[in-house]
Amino acid sequence: MAEVLVLVKVADGKVNKATLEALTIARALGEPAAVAVGAPADVVDTLGEYGATKVYVADAPELNDYLVAPAVTVLEQLVREASPAAVLIPSTQEGKEIAGRLAVRLDNGVLIDVNDLAADGTATQVVFAGSAIVKSKVTRGVPLVTVRPSSVTPTTAPVTPAVVPVAVTLSDVDKAARVVERVVEAKGARPELTEASVVVSGGRGIGSADNFKLVEELADLLGGAVGASRAATDSGFYPHQFQVGQTGKTVSPQLYIALGISGAIQHRAGMQTSKTIVAVNKDPEAPIFELADFGVVGNLFDVVPQAAEEIRRRKG
Amino acid sequence: MNIVVLVKQVPDSSAERTLRSDDNTVDRESASNVINEMDEYAIEEALKLTEAHGGTVTLLSMGPERATEAIRKGLQMGPDSGVHVVDDALAGSCALATSKVLAAALRTLSPDLILCGAEATDARGQVVPQMVAERLGVAALTGTRKLTVDGTSLTAERQTEAGYEVISASTPAVVSVWDTINEPRFPSFKGIMAAKKKPIQTVTLADLGIAADEVGVAGASTAVVEHSKRPPRAAGTRVEDSGQGGQALVEFLSSEKFV
Ligand SMILES: Cc1cc2nc3c(=O)[nH]c(=O)nc-3n(C[C@H](O)[C@H](O)[C@H](O)COP(=O)(O)OP(=O)(O)OC[C@H]3O[C@@H](n4cnc5c(N)ncnc54)[C@H](O)[C@@H]3O)c2cc1C
Ligand SMILES: Nc1ncnc2c1ncn2[C@@H]1O[C@H](COP(=O)(O)O)[C@@H](O)[C@H]1O
Repeated sequence: MAEVLVLVKVADGKVNKATLEALTIARALGEPAAVAVGAPADVVDTLGEYGATKVYVADAPELNDYLVAPAVTVLEQLVREASPAAVLIPSTQEGKEIAGRLAVRLDNGVLIDVNDLAADGTATQVVFAGSAIVKSKVTRGVPLVTVRPSSVTPTTAPVTPAVVPVAVTLSDVDKAARVVERVVEAKGARPELTEASVVVSGGRGIGSADNFKLVEELADLLGGAVGASRAATDSGFYPHQFQVGQTGKTVSPQLYIALGISGAIQHRAGMQTSKTIVAVNKDPEAPIFELADFGVVGNLFDVVPQAAEEIRRRKG
Repeated sequence: MNIVVLVKQVPDSSAERTLRSDDNTVDRESASNVINEMDEYAIEEALKLTEAHGGTVTLLSMGPERATEAIRKGLQMGPDSGVHVVDDALAGSCALATSKVLAAALRTLSPDLILCGAEATDARGQVVPQMVAERLGVAALTGTRKLTVDGTSLTAERQTEAGYEVISASTPAVVSVWDTINEPRFPSFKGIMAAKKKPIQTVTLADLGIAADEVGVAGASTAVVEHSKRPPRAAGTRVEDSGQGGQALVEFLSSEKFV
């Protein structure tokens, strides 16, 4: 069976969930071969647990000084040498950029944000704010795709991977953009927004940065992440990295709760594929109710504290 | 400092967008089209830079005949001129082909800096900036929320999952901007009048030395094989809060095993 290359994305020193999802998809297409660039050594165990029969490892200290170039260079080398059946990259901003550069180097088509990839190379994508489903194919080169987070549920298939070191030589162009500083901002104990199974988001209706405590409280009671509409981030109620929607994150949790969010199409673009949607809004005409499985028409400052209290009571 | 800003005309994201039933490409005829929102932030950043350091701002767009509307609209904000790559053979171009055409046009303009949006709202690719940079052999500073220019050195700050990163490079380079970078100006009446007289140069594929079969549907590296409308979500239960709204909400969450 041909190899299926899966680029490994590490967050907080661990293999992120999107990578495990990509490995799960890869198993249906061939032999998953993970590609770890500048990652900590212990990621190999996790990758094996999720079915990577091989792990290509490129780890020189300088690799982390550059943005996408090291991963592009390693993948280019491997595609040329290993003739893989497909290349899967987790669809973060960085992942998409790696895919784009790689596509040019190999003169190979690329499909962004796919939800699934079939054995015959047909990719499924949800486009236009979740209103259309498209099936596409790469018609030049190998199927090179970025996999949208939360597309599948990762499952384990333990193997002991063969570790294959890869040497990388970066060109001058690869070194043209240099990372001079990486600042980690405290994100607390909440799960990552794009990976969380529960997301509680607040909109303009929350009214102030201080009131966002209400959103956080409900999120914490449900073990979820906090999101925000653009009106909320633009008003400074909550930091921009938590924005959900067309120009923010795309989330697809089991449960999405929208508090004081009207449901503009650009917001829906980022949360429409959530499994269950719940909305609290005082305006019965708010478009968010058109897609909510459960909606409460009411003042969120009454409804949310009462719900929080009730959850605490039930938890005992 | 001479800056080229890449602008794309896209179907308005607040209106319904569709794919054509004949060739599965984005329906750009029936849609109401606008300038890609993030590209306005790129124009604003270019204007700020030339206001501070001198130089010119040129808008470059590849697209059908009507994409001149987007260029004209962008010129109202203040840039000097536009270049429009238009050719019947371009319809249905994939991102690879688009980047090839834009890179070829950029070589003829040889700017110090190329600014663009971080992503277009139609396909949400986020790939064209890196592709153009790769073809030109220059750095790409992407998703920028803050840009500092000091002579030929560029410093960009961008948000990451964990916090933010600071990246440096030298000109020429491609810088893609996020909508957190600035607040685009509204065109003034004077700006709107002036834009009518600003030059927009039309460029064909032949002018760029690119063959028709390298681009468009014929030269595409990806193809849509089928598309369908996703069934709209059905609205579920809705309750009015008359004092028990919060409890009703938790009852629902509990019936769905979330609590
Ligand atoms: C190109 C483009 C990209 C965009 N990208 C995004 C994006 O990524 N994400 C995004 O979210 N938006 C995006 N937008 C903006 C989008 O169009 C909306 O403006 C935005 O989503 C509105 O946010 P909101 O629902 O919080 O605010 P509003 O539309 O003002 O809605 C606030 C809601 O709160 C309700 N409310 C107020 N007070 C209470 C209360 N006490 N109790 C209960 N309900 C209350 C109101 O009834 C109202 O429905 C984009 C726009 C454009 C043009
Ligand atoms: N046809 C085009 N003409 C000009 N600029 C484009 C074109 N396509 C993409 N771009 C630029 O590349 C950015 C990212 O586009 P995309 O990779 O399609 O998400 C856009 O915001 C534009 O600045």
